[in-house]
Amino acid sequence: MGEVYNPRGMRTLFEKEVRRFLKVSIQTVLAPCVTTLLYLLVFASVLEDHIKVYDGVSYLAFLVPGLIMMTVIQNAFANASSSLIQSKMTGNLVFLLLSPISGVEMVVAFVAAAVVRGILVGLCVWLVALVFVDVPLVSLATVLLFLVLSSAVLGAVGLIAGLWADKFDQLSAFQNFIIVPLSFLSGVFYSVESLPGIWQAISRFNPFFYMIDGFRYGFFGVSDVDPELSLVVTLAFLLLVSGVSLLLVRIGYKIRQ
Amino acid sequence: MTAIVFSNVYKRFGRLEALSNINFTVPEGSFFGLLGPNGAGKSTLINLSAGLARASQGSVSVLGNDVQRDYRKTRQALGVVPQELVYDPFFSVREMLRLQAGYFGCPPSSHSYIDELIERLDLIDKADTNLHDLSGGMKRRVLVAQALVHRPQVVILDEPTAGVDVELRKNLWQFVSELHREGRTIVLTTHYLEEAESLCDQIAILNHGRVVAMDEKERLLARHPHQFLCLTLGCEGKPLPSALAPLVVKQDGCELTLKLKRDQDKIGAVLDALRDVDIPILELHTRDPGLEEVFIDITAQTNEVTHG
Ligand SMILES: Nc1ncnc2c1ncn2[C@@H]1O[C@H](COP(=O)(O)OP(=O)(O)OP(=O)(O)O)[C@@H](O)[C@H]1O
Ligand SMILES: [Mg+2]
Repeated sequence: MGEVYNPRGMRTLFEKEVRRFLKVSIQTVLAPCVTTLLYLLVFASVLEDHIKVYDGVSYLAFLVPGLIMMTVIQNAFANASSSLIQSKMTGNLVFLLLSPISGVEMVVAFVAAAVVRGILVGLCVWLVALVFVDVPLVSLATVLLFLVLSSAVLGAVGLIAGLWADKFDQLSAFQNFIIVPLSFLSGVFYSVESLPGIWQAISRFNPFFYMIDGFRYGFFGVSDVDPELSLVVTLAFLLLVSGVSLLLVRIGYKIRQ
Repeated sequence: MTAIVFSNVYKRFGRLEALSNINFTVPEGSFFGLLGPNGAGKSTLINLSAGLARASQGSVSVLGNDVQRDYRKTRQALGVVPQELVYDPFFSVREMLRLQAGYFGCPPSSHSYIDELIERLDLIDKADTNLHDLSGGMKRRVLVAQALVHRPQVVILDEPTAGVDVELRKNLWQFVSELHREGRTIVLTTHYLEEAESLCDQIAILNHGRVVAMDEKERLLARHPHQFLCLTLGCEGKPLPSALAPLVVKQDGCELTLKLKRDQDKIGAVLDALRDVDIPILELHTRDPGLEEVFIDITAQTNEVTHG
């Protein structure tokens, strides 16, 4: 809304959000890589021989896309949400609110910065994993597509959570009771096919399941559901969450009294 | 042209009516003092103008544009120095100012103006220091610079001198006066009434969310029903005539200040009363009330009205 479009304002906000996480890159990029490494070492020694997933795919290789996606989910979510809550609590959000940046511009900038963090962290974890595990790659385009879309989804969800939360513990509740369970129950560590029927059915209502399944298809050319379905569901979910975040920003939910 | 217009503005926070029926205009080019005791609603009024809050009723416009509908234009026209000392601990002074200019769509060529602001606000030594490591007064100066990066036509300062030392206060006022001379409209809230009196040409006084006085400064002061009579007496320890006692507001040895109601207590009568008891008058002058006295009277009166 408003006739003059402010692309420079939007870009500045985007750059600010990217610089913000790069300034603490030990915590935002390096730490997730180390965590993934630990997961791989633990699972490699404990589970390798016990779990059967797709034919011809070692469990460890199967695990890698899931671990990448889980890291992407957590980091893309953290980027927008922690930035927003910090700005709200320290009060410096006022600088953004005083400026002629529209709701759409704000959402795009926050989501795009979350995508950058998602891609960066995802690629780092992937590279680290490649040192230890042989992971096939069937379609790079599919992998990148799901990487970008999933980061965007979590960027928008992070924006919503950051607007909603008044305190850090509310934000971590959101993370621990919604984001973490949804990602763990989406087939990060297992193929949903291996679940009992009822849990399989329930998994189909978890949008994160489609993000991970489509992403994994890019590596192995095999997946639990048709990758086109995964793409459609992921896109629809992206539309939904970015729509909600746009609405909240426009009405100034918890940021403009 | 008018800089800001408030029409029938109400703002409620739950059951609290923070602003009720606000109607006034800030003329373009004026130096406007928005005064009132703590909690009167000054910051709320500023937040409504800046789009940080929304009126429950009524409308606010800046340079003829509605702050809700044409928010891009109105925010571009406003530079707001917030009352709270807020900052982003991730960035240095220069980084922060450049980011703020970017938010307003200013091209990189605006960076020379940022350097100018840094210089004028005496921040050169600290330009590359992280905001976290600045003193309170320095952070305040950064807030002022930040409000100006996009060269706004209307500058709103919400208590810019709270917690600022005398020297810096003087510099800040000098700087703001220059901005005013360059043709900008200045809106100011402050609890330092002598400063408001010497700087502002228009005054609005808020109390309990209502405008209780609003006029050009000179008229506001002149309209006041009191004046002060300052006397130096030939002191012989004689008691004052009893008729004068209630008028005395200050007695310092032989120096006496009386508060006279203009239409009731005549200076001649006071002098006659003193002569009657043979107290010589060595010196005499009158003084109009200052903004501080007017402010105290008006807020006290309106407190009586609102509290029955
Ligand atoms: N976000 C809010 N929620 C609830 N009440 C609020 C909010 N903001 C302000 N108020 C109330 O509105 C009234 C006016 O507050 P405001 O901050 O505008 O006062 P002020 O005139 O700026 O005071 P001061 O001189 O102390 O800065 C106060 O009673 C305050 O408690
Ligand atoms: Mg205030």
